[in-house]
Amino acid sequence: MTNEDMLRWLTQVADVLHERRNYLTQLDSAIGDADHGINMDRGFTAVREKFGAMASMDIAGQLKTVGTTLVSTVGGASGPLYGTAFLRASATTAGKEALTSADIVAMLGAFVEGIVSRGKAQPGEKTMIDALTPALAAAREALDNGGGLQEITRRAADAAEEGMKATIPLLAKKGRASYLGERSIGHQDPGSTSSAYMLRCLAETCQGMN
Amino acid sequence: MKKLINKPEDVVKEELEGMAAAHADLIRVESVEGGQFIVVRRNAPVQGKVGVISGGGSGHEPMHGGFVGVGMLDAACPGAVFTSPVPDQMNAATHAVNGGAGVLHIVKNYTGDVLNFEMAAELAAADGIEVESVVTNDDVAVQDSLYTAGRRGVGATVLLEKIVGGLAETHAPLAQVAALARKVNDHGRSMGMALTSCTVPAAGKPTFDLGEDEMEIGIGIHGEPGRRRVKLAEADEITEMLATPVIEDLGLKAGDQVLAFVNGMGGTPLIELYVVYNALHRILKGKNISIARNLIGSYITSLEMAGCSITLVRLDDELTRYWDAPVHTPGLRWGM
Repeated sequence: MTNEDMLRWLTQVADVLHERRNYLTQLDSAIGDADHGINMDRGFTAVREKFGAMASMDIAGQLKTVGTTLVSTVGGASGPLYGTAFLRASATTAGKEALTSADIVAMLGAFVEGIVSRGKAQPGEKTMIDALTPALAAAREALDNGGGLQEITRRAADAAEEGMKATIPLLAKKGRASYLGERSIGHQDPGSTSSAYMLRCLAETCQGMN
Repeated sequence: MKKLINKPEDVVKEELEGMAAAHADLIRVESVEGGQFIVVRRNAPVQGKVGVISGGGSGHEPMHGGFVGVGMLDAACPGAVFTSPVPDQMNAATHAVNGGAGVLHIVKNYTGDVLNFEMAAELAAADGIEVESVVTNDDVAVQDSLYTAGRRGVGATVLLEKIVGGLAETHAPLAQVAALARKVNDHGRSMGMALTSCTVPAAGKPTFDLGEDEMEIGIGIHGEPGRRRVKLAEADEITEMLATPVIEDLGLKAGDQVLAFVNGMGGTPLIELYVVYNALHRILKGKNISIARNLIGSYITSLEMAGCSITLVRLDDELTRYWDAPVHTPGLRWGM
């Protein structure tokens, strides 16, 4: 995956988060304060404005720019969480012109580790971790089984979507949804949804590559 | 939705411009890289004084921007509506109020606020500014803090900002100011309820729907649903439902003195807040708890949500002294 592919991925993410902003906000109304879609769209719109400059950056520079931009524009819990995720992902890609399958899995690992270290959530607490942890496990398994980039990212996206749906019956133990107690049960977590979108976009970007 | 706004995406910016124009004698509004803003005390930094800052989503006015001035906050960081502000804002505010005596961050216990303030404190430390952080978590509606994000910071935050601001104005050192902040938080508890939801401008519709005969008990301040939904009751019963857990959780007993704060969520008129205060006064009198000071009005709001919250702070001489100290901000003024 080259820096051009990276930009294609991020463009797709920005498009999808813009298209789905109302849906994400709706999810966040049920168990939150109705701003997740608005915030993520604001963040990635700001990222989009930097695509011009990012075109000539290496992958690490691109990911770092996304991270700092999200921290500075998204707000809420998602800003620090996704911001830290992209910053940690950037660190693992330092000096690389292109990412191999193993590199992508390492990047994903750092992404998830960034969120866990910042937010301290564990699986089962009805957060984005419930999409990301299974996605990372699926990616690692696919890599171990000799899968290529397309196989790895597709399996990660599928696992993320399953994880996202699996948040529906969970009792929220983190974030704003946790104040609702049992009323959080029966609703899909918005953070796991935006994470699943990011991974599906990654899989589709890799599908479209040679 | 019917609101007195122009474009939803411009609400916060236009509100801040309005405040800057209205209160130029007290505050200035500065822009921060990335398109955000901070509200700063006009003559900040005050040399030798601990700078006191807070912040949070917009939509709770007058909190926090309306509490910037003399004797309360030195700066406030307004995020998008109901959205935590970003580290760049708190970092800029920290620098703006740094008078060489350190800076106190007052952080309401919401995941977003905590994470963003944490990142900002890291930035400030890297720049060599001494920062202490105090988290407010006075909300008794959240029962089980092991399995939740913890109790929210609500009404007591306003009272804390006033009391701590009073002490900071005397140029007391950072450790003492932070200790007083923790003391107020330890001695304050709150509970709120809603008769209606509210509409975030960018969302265009109410965050949740409440039936004509329903009310939401145990709300926060961001329009999120509360702990439970019950049938609408009259004001006396509602006051009982809010005051009882607060009194119990605080362990208030006969002979105690309190600061009683009846807060409107934004859409409830003063006539109703006084009906609630009347009931609260009677409840406390019945328990031999005396209300030494009170505050009645809409000070920590959720846009146009109808509803109220009750906060009680157990008072002693020190807390009373700094509550009484002069204050001059857009949202609160006495003694000067």
